[in-house]
Amino acid sequence: MAVKSLKKQGSDLAQSNKQLEILSNGIFQSGELPTFKNKISETNQFPLKAKKLEILQINVGYMCNQVCDHCHVDAGPDRKEIMTRDTMRQCLEVIKNSGAHTLDLTGGAPEMNPDFRWFVEEAAKVGIKDFIVRSNLTIIRANKKYYDLPEFFKKHNVHVVSSMPHWTRGKTDKQRGDGVFDKSIKALQELNAVGYGMPNSDLRLDLVYNPSGAFLPGDQASMEKDFKKALLEDFNIQFHNLFAITNLPIARFLDYLIASENYEDYMFSLVEAYNPAAVKNVMCTNTLSISWDGYLFDCDFNQMLELPVNSKVKHISEYNEELLEGRNIVISQHCYGCTAGAGSSCQGNTIPAEAGIS
Amino acid sequence: MSKTYYDPADLRKFGNITEWSEELGNKFFEYYGKVFEEGALTAREKSLIALAVAHTEQCPYCIDAYSKDTLQRGVTKEEMMEAIHVGAAIKSGATLVHGVQMMNKVNKLDG
Ligand code: SF4
Ligand code: SF4
Repeated sequence: MAVKSLKKQGSDLAQSNKQLEILSNGIFQSGELPTFKNKISETNQFPLKAKKLEILQINVGYMCNQVCDHCHVDAGPDRKEIMTRDTMRQCLEVIKNSGAHTLDLTGGAPEMNPDFRWFVEEAAKVGIKDFIVRSNLTIIRANKKYYDLPEFFKKHNVHVVSSMPHWTRGKTDKQRGDGVFDKSIKALQELNAVGYGMPNSDLRLDLVYNPSGAFLPGDQASMEKDFKKALLEDFNIQFHNLFAITNLPIARFLDYLIASENYEDYMFSLVEAYNPAAVKNVMCTNTLSISWDGYLFDCDFNQMLELPVNSKVKHISEYNEELLEGRNIVISQHCYGCTAGAGSSCQGNTIPAEAGIS
Repeated sequence: MSKTYYDPADLRKFGNITEWSEELGNKFFEYYGKVFEEGALTAREKSLIALAVAHTEQCPYCIDAYSKDTLQRGVTKEEMMEAIHVGAAIKSGATLVHGVQMMNKVNKLDG
């Protein structure tokens, strides 16, 4: 379990160009990976084009109370990058004027941004249909000032999406740190207590499952069944959906893959599981990701790799829907992570289970 | 690098066996795929059975493949190890139960 971000450790892998170099050139002993570009060209899906904007994902800062092993953001308590209220105001302008129906706040722990509540309150007024906060759960139990978050979420009808690597303590703590499991369970119970996650409740509580090691997520539907059964039986916890997300070889997960000598096998597993049907709905085609300092990216992963959008418009202050629509999405080898098996996005699988490859 | 009979990278080449006998190879993979589909048993249960059998068969490729497959299905270490004990119990029971045949034979010859 890491205690510091790669950045704080001064690791080479904290630099995006170093990560991109490894991703492009590989470090393989047996065979070479086909490029993602060639792979999607086989089914005439290159270049990937941005469709109409539906989801605005805003990364309000890399600060986090956790230092999970596989964090693609390289977030942690030592990361100071944080979105200012001014940039939030610029985002609000765009939210008001764009056709996006979903707002997705992420981080780090988004709740640690000092203007988080202000932003939620302001953004809740502008008629977004689905207002998501990606909460790591433990933040709700981290400090007294966060104890009322479940009530705050409820008041603004926030859709809570939370990470939960497994229904057992061992696996969860291994990935996310000692004590994380117990705190997460407590937080889930508190969310349930105010009405989140109940079968007929409008207060949406979804969980995100991502593997605790160098393997791909299993079938989303059967994982959801297993999670629901175990959490209900063991802790009387209920939730709505489980999103199975593939770990992308970026930042701390990339570091882990290399250090544990799993990099080559993992990349081959992604390519073996490559599913051309999953390409059509990768999230970058209807999402725009905004960094803490207001720059625009095709997704949170490209943000971390510092691959900006391929458009004249680079910053939220110059936002222009027409200029951004139809842009070519910037891709690299990490994109195999989104197209393995049934596909992976922030909302889980990108194709329905029956069409997927288990 | 020291040479061994088994190369983990060969597992990725398993599909190549169809090259020298396409029809039989394809039939095998079709059968294999069907066997592991969700049925009266869940895919998760089948994966655990496969893991146990991989051990009794002592096939390193299958052990690698089904260690990963069970992990992907959210199976815990404890469940994996218990499955192997089931395989081991059957294997040792199968060895020991032949002791009855030995006893029969010895009793007949040496009655
Ligand atoms: S994975 Fe999430 S909770 Fe864990 S360190 Fe990264 S941002 Fe924080
Ligand atoms: S990594 Fe980003 S750009 Fe690549 S396919 Fe996934 S969402 Fe799209």
